[in-house]
Amino acid sequence: MAEAKVAPRPLSPHLQIYRWSWTMAMSVAHRITGIALYGGIALFAIWLVALASGPSAFDAVQWFFGSPLGYLILFGYTWILMHHMLGGVRHLVWDFGYGMEPEQRINMARFTLVGSIALTLAIWVVAFIAF
Amino acid sequence: MAQFTLPKNSKYTEGKAWPKPEGASNVQEFRIYRWNPDDGANPRIDTYYVDRDDCGPMVLDALLWIKNNVDSTLVFRRSCREGICGSCAMNIMGGNTLACTLGIDDCASDSIKIYPLPHMPVLKDLVPDLTSFFAQHASVEPWLQTETPAPETEWRQTPEERSKLDGLYECILCACCTTSCPSYWWNGDRFLGPAALLQAYRWLIDSRDENTGERLDNLHDPFRLYRCHTIMNCANTCPKGLNPAKAIAEVKKMMVARVV
Repeated sequence: MAEAKVAPRPLSPHLQIYRWSWTMAMSVAHRITGIALYGGIALFAIWLVALASGPSAFDAVQWFFGSPLGYLILFGYTWILMHHMLGGVRHLVWDFGYGMEPEQRINMARFTLVGSIALTLAIWVVAFIAF
Repeated sequence: MAQFTLPKNSKYTEGKAWPKPEGASNVQEFRIYRWNPDDGANPRIDTYYVDRDDCGPMVLDALLWIKNNVDSTLVFRRSCREGICGSCAMNIMGGNTLACTLGIDDCASDSIKIYPLPHMPVLKDLVPDLTSFFAQHASVEPWLQTETPAPETEWRQTPEERSKLDGLYECILCACCTTSCPSYWWNGDRFLGPAALLQAYRWLIDSRDENTGERLDNLHDPFRLYRCHTIMNCANTCPKGLNPAKAIAEVKKMMVARVV
C-alpha cells in the first residue's frame, strides 16, 4: 500500500506561550544562580591566589573589591548565593514530601525571592556596621 | 541540549480574522492555533468572534460554536464535555486544562488564546500526537501484578490501604501535567513525565500489588524518574486537582527507603 505523504509535524509552542508561575520562575532562577555561583567561586579563588602571591597582588585585588564596581559584584554574588541556598532548602523540604500543597508551594517559592533579598541586605548591613 | 525556540517549520504567523457574528451585542474574541498538514504552510493564529448570547458557558462550547457557525475546518478532540474523558486538554490562556471545565468568564480576557498542548508534535490544529505519552504510560505496567494465587473472591484491602489511592486513581490521562513540564519539554524522549509517574506511584502504593521491587527497579534511572526537578507546573495545572509532583516525591522517597 502506498504511504500517504505527510508534511513534517510542527512542534506546538511551549516556553513562548506558557504562563509563568512562581514555582516555575524560581526553578529557573535556581538553575541560573547555580551556574552563576561558578563565577562567584572564581572571584574567591582570585582573592586567595592574590593572597598567596604577595602584598602587591593582594593590594590590587583588595583595591578592586573595595571599588564601587567590586562592591556591586560582591553584593550581587551575595544575593545569588543566598537565593541558591534558600532554593536548595526549598527543594530539600519538597524532597521530604512536605510543603507541596497549592498555597504552600507558591508561598515557599515566593519566600525564596523575598528571603534571599532580606538575607542579602542583612548580611551587608551587619558587614558595614561590624567592619 | 534544550532548544528554547521553535523549529523553523513550527514558528507561527498571523492568520485569518473571521467575520464577527452579525447583530450580536455580546461578542468574545478567540485567538486559536491552526495548522493544516495538507497546505504545507507554517502554523498560524486565527481570530474568531463568538456570540456569547448564542453560546454555552464553557470554552469547549465556544469551540463547538465556532465549528458549527463560523469555520467547520477547526479541528479539536472532545468527547464527554464533563471533565472525565480528558480529550479536550489544550493550552488556554497559557495554562493546560480541559476546555470543557473552564468557563469563558473564568478566562477573564478580551482575547482568549488557545494552543495545542505544549511541546508536542501537532497532527492538526489543536490535536497533538500523544503516541509516546501513552507508550510511557504503558511502560510503567499500570495493572495489578501478584505472585500469590488469586483468592476465591476479590483481593482484600482495608479502608486505610484503599485511601492511599485517593488523589491517584482519579487521573484521566489528559496529558495536561506532562505537557506542562519543562523537564518533559527538554527530555520527553527519556523522562517519563508526571502523568506516567503518578500512575507508577498508584501501583507502587497499592497494598495488593506484589511487584513493588521490580517497579522501582524500572524507574531507577537518571532520566525516567530523576529528571523531575520539582518545578511544580504539573501540580499547578492539573484540571482534576491532583498532585503529580507529590506522587513523584513519594516515589523518590521509596527509592531511598529501600536502600537504607
